[in-house]
Amino acid sequence: MAGPARGRHYSRMPLHIRTYHDLTEPDRSGLGEQIAAQRRRLADRLAVVGRLLVVMSGKGGVGKSFVTANLARALARDGQAVGVLDADLNGPTVARLLDATDARLVSQDDGVLPATGADGVRLVSMAQLLADGQPLAFKGPAAESFVWRGAAEAGALRELLADIAWGTLDVLLLDLPPGMQRFLELCDLLPAPPAVLTVTIPTPESRDAVRRAMRAAVERGSPLVGIVENMVGGEFRGTAGDDLAVEFSTPVLARIPWHPTPDTWHLLATRL
Amino acid sequence: MKFLCVECDRQMTFEERQLPGDGTLAAAFRCPKCGRAVALLTNPMETQLVSSLGVKIGGTTVPAEPLQTIRGMVATGRDDAFTDGQSDEPAPSAARGTVGLSWSTEAQERLSRVPGFVRGMVKKIYADYAKERGIGEITPAVMDAARADLGLEGM
Repeated sequence: MAGPARGRHYSRMPLHIRTYHDLTEPDRSGLGEQIAAQRRRLADRLAVVGRLLVVMSGKGGVGKSFVTANLARALARDGQAVGVLDADLNGPTVARLLDATDARLVSQDDGVLPATGADGVRLVSMAQLLADGQPLAFKGPAAESFVWRGAAEAGALRELLADIAWGTLDVLLLDLPPGMQRFLELCDLLPAPPAVLTVTIPTPESRDAVRRAMRAAVERGSPLVGIVENMVGGEFRGTAGDDLAVEFSTPVLARIPWHPTPDTWHLLATRL
Repeated sequence: MKFLCVECDRQMTFEERQLPGDGTLAAAFRCPKCGRAVALLTNPMETQLVSSLGVKIGGTTVPAEPLQTIRGMVATGRDDAFTDGQSDEPAPSAARGTVGLSWSTEAQERLSRVPGFVRGMVKKIYADYAKERGIGEITPAVMDAARADLGLEGM
């Protein structure tokens, strides 16, 4: 009867395998260090931003981008240096709201300069990067693209935060898409949980959706700055703003009518 | 991601990265004690996932360009999204000596096929790669070497 072909019986040999963290020899790939370098670059870039404020809602169609753009303009008219990052990568609208759809981005060695929109607001939006009418599509295998598409979008968000040379800003507003995914990505990317300005409309349906988003924000440690109740005085009826304010002990900073004036936005800007 | 030579109980070291051009990636690692080599082979989906993170197996020798992941991965970018104040047209070989770096006709032709959305960045990456290594003329062979050395998947 023949024994092991090479005189050693590998299949029965107990393997002593050190764990990942046991291996401490220099690693040329340094994937962990590459990730750490990305984080440092992002933190350094945002170090000259006085205040970072996320505009979010768990509900679509409540006017987050509209509020973001007009709030940014009001802050800029009040003399503040304001930037807006349109974090809605798949449905970007901030560039149009700030009259900067055709503004090109200037690439420099250490960063990309943002465009300048209405009232001097600096902005970057995926709308400036995509061909007219085209969706955000990535190169790569189409099959099972859900496996990597989320990582690609998070990577794009990281670069928009870390590689845009905003310069010194008093306020950087981040306009988020509906839902919570982008907010959770932000929490993973930023050095600290971002402050949140919540937008809702008066209806109970909006209240229920926004409540979940606010709860998630609280659970991640984000300070709630306040609530903006949008589209007030029309067909959308309810008490979502007040209900959420009581539940989360945060103020209703503004109730935006269907036809707001510059004074409406100025008032909101002064209450932030 | 690390590789251990179980027999020697030594961490294997990265040796070489290859991009066959079909979306896959091959990375070779070797045991510093016994010399045994293994290859990590990733399928297109796995390659894409690594690229999406903005990291490179085997490390990187030059800093990432601003928005490199976006410019390298977005398939629907507009050609004129970026301006850099420089021409995207590389200096031809005849101009060598005036700018210190030239491009062969074949390399220029190849660069012209790169979509405008990413061309300016790709040109700079190749130029920086050549300058770092004292290369005076960029040729398709230099471009291929840069792609493999720098892990420029998809460019």
